[in-house]
Amino acid sequence: MASPAEARTVREPAGKAASATPWDVLAAVAGGGAIGSVLRWSTSLVWPGPVSTFLVNVLGCLAIGVLMCVITELVNPHRLLRPFLGVGVLGGFTTFSTYVTDALRLALSAPLAALGYLLATVLCCVLAVFVGITTTRALSRGLRREVA
Amino acid sequence: MTLLLVALGGATGASLRFLTDRWVQARHDTGFPWGTLVVNAVGSLVLGFLAGAALFGASVPVLQTALGIGLCGALTTFSTFGYESVRLLTGGQRLFGLLNVVGSVLVGLGSGVLGVVLAASIWH
Repeated sequence: MASPAEARTVREPAGKAASATPWDVLAAVAGGGAIGSVLRWSTSLVWPGPVSTFLVNVLGCLAIGVLMCVITELVNPHRLLRPFLGVGVLGGFTTFSTYVTDALRLALSAPLAALGYLLATVLCCVLAVFVGITTTRALSRGLRREVA
Repeated sequence: MTLLLVALGGATGASLRFLTDRWVQARHDTGFPWGTLVVNAVGSLVLGFLAGAALFGASVPVLQTALGIGLCGALTTFSTFGYESVRLLTGGQRLFGLLNVVGSVLVGLGSGVLGVVLAASIWH
């Protein structure tokens, strides 16, 4: 005879249970997404066009590098911190679709500038993530050495 | 008003990205970030369509703000794309990382162009 725990497993497959999204996580993502999007829009009012998209994306990539290093290597974060800051705020702040349409719009008048924008953004963003991670890691090591 | 539209669109876009990514990532075990690629492609397609609509004089400002700046902006992401690429590049999966970077840009551009072409076929 199956124990109660086994019977429950049969009725509720693990995969199905794991795929249910807790509402507080979704709310954290949505709230963060609203904040990040408004920040991105505000930046575009100060520097309109590809310049703001470039700055927003590079800054957001630097920030995700710092954030992910902190929450995966340094501290034991609250369970809603990554959904709120990483998926929500930074995901909503940075944008791929505007990057693409900026490049297409630019390509109509200045194809070379469009190519430069495409390459510069992707290279600087990947580099920014890397710098964010390695700088945070190095700083935390330095701090720990000082304490020790 | 504009701020509210951007916030609402952003909240919806980020939620859709989160749910889509979970749904896609649960359906394969390759370690390749397909979820982010999918949302970036879909968002670029929709924004390309909206940009095309504006280009051919069929723009609705409220939709451009809520769907373009808010929803598409937040549905797509550069930070997660960048982080996933760096994780692949530095985690011994350099080929996957490189494929993700080049592939995402090409797929995004293709989707954007497709969106503009769709808009042109309707309004041009």
